[in-house]
Amino acid sequence: MIEIQNLTKEYGRIKAIDNISFNVDKGEILGFLGPNGAGKTTTMNIITGFISSTSGVVKVAGFDILEDPVEVKKHIGYLPEQPPLYPDMTVNEYLDFCADLKKIPSKKWKSEKKDIMELVKVTHVSHRLIKNLSKGYKQRVGFAQALVGSPEVLILDEPTVGLDPKQIMEIRNLIKALGKKHTIILSSHILPEVSAVCDRVVIINRGKIAAIDTPDNLSKALTDFSRFTITIEGPENKVKNIISNINGVKNLKTSAQIRDNEYSYIIEADKNADVRKPLFYQLAQQGFPILELRSLNLSLEEVFLQLTTNEEKEAV
Amino acid sequence: MLAIIRRDFRSYFKSPIAYVLIGLYMLLLGLFFNSYLGLGISDIISEFVASMSSMLILIIPILTMRTLAEDKKNGTEVLLLTSPVRVTEIVMGKFFACFCVFLVMTAATLIFPLIVIIVGKPDIMMIISSYLGYILIGAVYISLGVFASSLTENQIIASIITLVFMFLIQNIGYLAGFFSGFLNKVFLWISIFDRYMDFNKGIIDLTSIVFMISYTAVFTILTVRIIERKRWSQG
Repeated sequence: MIEIQNLTKEYGRIKAIDNISFNVDKGEILGFLGPNGAGKTTTMNIITGFISSTSGVVKVAGFDILEDPVEVKKHIGYLPEQPPLYPDMTVNEYLDFCADLKKIPSKKWKSEKKDIMELVKVTHVSHRLIKNLSKGYKQRVGFAQALVGSPEVLILDEPTVGLDPKQIMEIRNLIKALGKKHTIILSSHILPEVSAVCDRVVIINRGKIAAIDTPDNLSKALTDFSRFTITIEGPENKVKNIISNINGVKNLKTSAQIRDNEYSYIIEADKNADVRKPLFYQLAQQGFPILELRSLNLSLEEVFLQLTTNEEKEAV
Repeated sequence: MLAIIRRDFRSYFKSPIAYVLIGLYMLLLGLFFNSYLGLGISDIISEFVASMSSMLILIIPILTMRTLAEDKKNGTEVLLLTSPVRVTEIVMGKFFACFCVFLVMTAATLIFPLIVIIVGKPDIMMIISSYLGYILIGAVYISLGVFASSLTENQIIASIITLVFMFLIQNIGYLAGFFSGFLNKVFLWISIFDRYMDFNKGIIDLTSIVFMISYTAVFTILTVRIIERKRWSQG
């Protein structure tokens, strides 16, 4: 559906994007992951035709963005990081304008508008001026704008930034639902978000692709141990002694003292050995109850640290 | 293009800007009209329309400053440029929206010639020719204002650029006085204001009409170039 080959964008001597290539298949949700300034927005701006690349090819639905920009734009709905809203319009007027701009036949638009507004839940604010809406509602209106004309490809630049947790959940579910019909590229700097929603992830750093894979494979490949945080009631020394004698535990440190006689620890264990059961039995035997046990996700920062340090090692 | 014209035109009348501009314009024109009442019936219209066009230097910068600058500031530029619309259509949409507001303002001023027609027998062709010239020069100024608005996201700066350019354009003919021979002819030829004065004297010349429209087209094309260039920018 989307083909990107050797895409480069230079600003003076700085390469905002450096020779990146990837494909997105029809119906796929692709996550675009990277820290601020990595080149996510630049790439998205090029795919949508907002800015032009220095070199490289972008094709959407078989059309080249440089040769057939209007055709490409017909196939794309874009939600930029800052939703492109006119504050002096009501939600209704604004969506009508978007449909007008995208040349949607007015008969078809009437029913489509109703569906879109219900989907992103803005029906009850449809008569209000956009400038009076909260950040979350503005984001939804921006989302509605991208859905106008039901484009095959949706490009969403950090769609959940600045929303409250409930709204984030809603937007994520919405994206998942939309992924059944649309091809989606979604950018984010939050790893759990991407792993919750996306089929495949592109990690981009300083304009270059650091990795492309499924979210599961990425976190597995990057760690050869699993990590837990565990809170146990009992004297620190004794507990530590028990844990470190369990087969498979590689590293153990105390992370905090919660109360008198209650500590939490971070355990790094061999990935192939499940240490949770022996932990439970042995601690229970000694009369030190486990109050909390959960596995720690590898955060994006750590993934990055790992990826970049690996590269440096290879370079040496 | 129609979508953009409709949206922008409505947006002028949703904010106080159109009403304030038209109100201010009519008030000042009323004062002018009053002071011209002593003139003969044949002179009053051309004098009056001439002062209308010199008033444009105050009105046009305020009218056009928001066109593209506001979209850049709101981020709606992204929406326009990623829609299946060509840049030329966007710029022309912006231009025609302003032009329509300008026409509404112009229509409001027709009350003054109407008064003259009621009380006397002015030369109707003279009124038509003055108004034609006025509308054409208005189009040139608006295209200039849209161009200035494409250069910056600050509306105040856009309006000042428009003001300065309008002043320069109005005085090209004056500059011609400093030269003789060929240069003098060139300056007089490109002087938009001298051509405008022909209309004001009741002369409708096809060359001048084409000239004014070309001026408008040049600024519109320049605006398209500016936007395209920004998209291709490497720095």
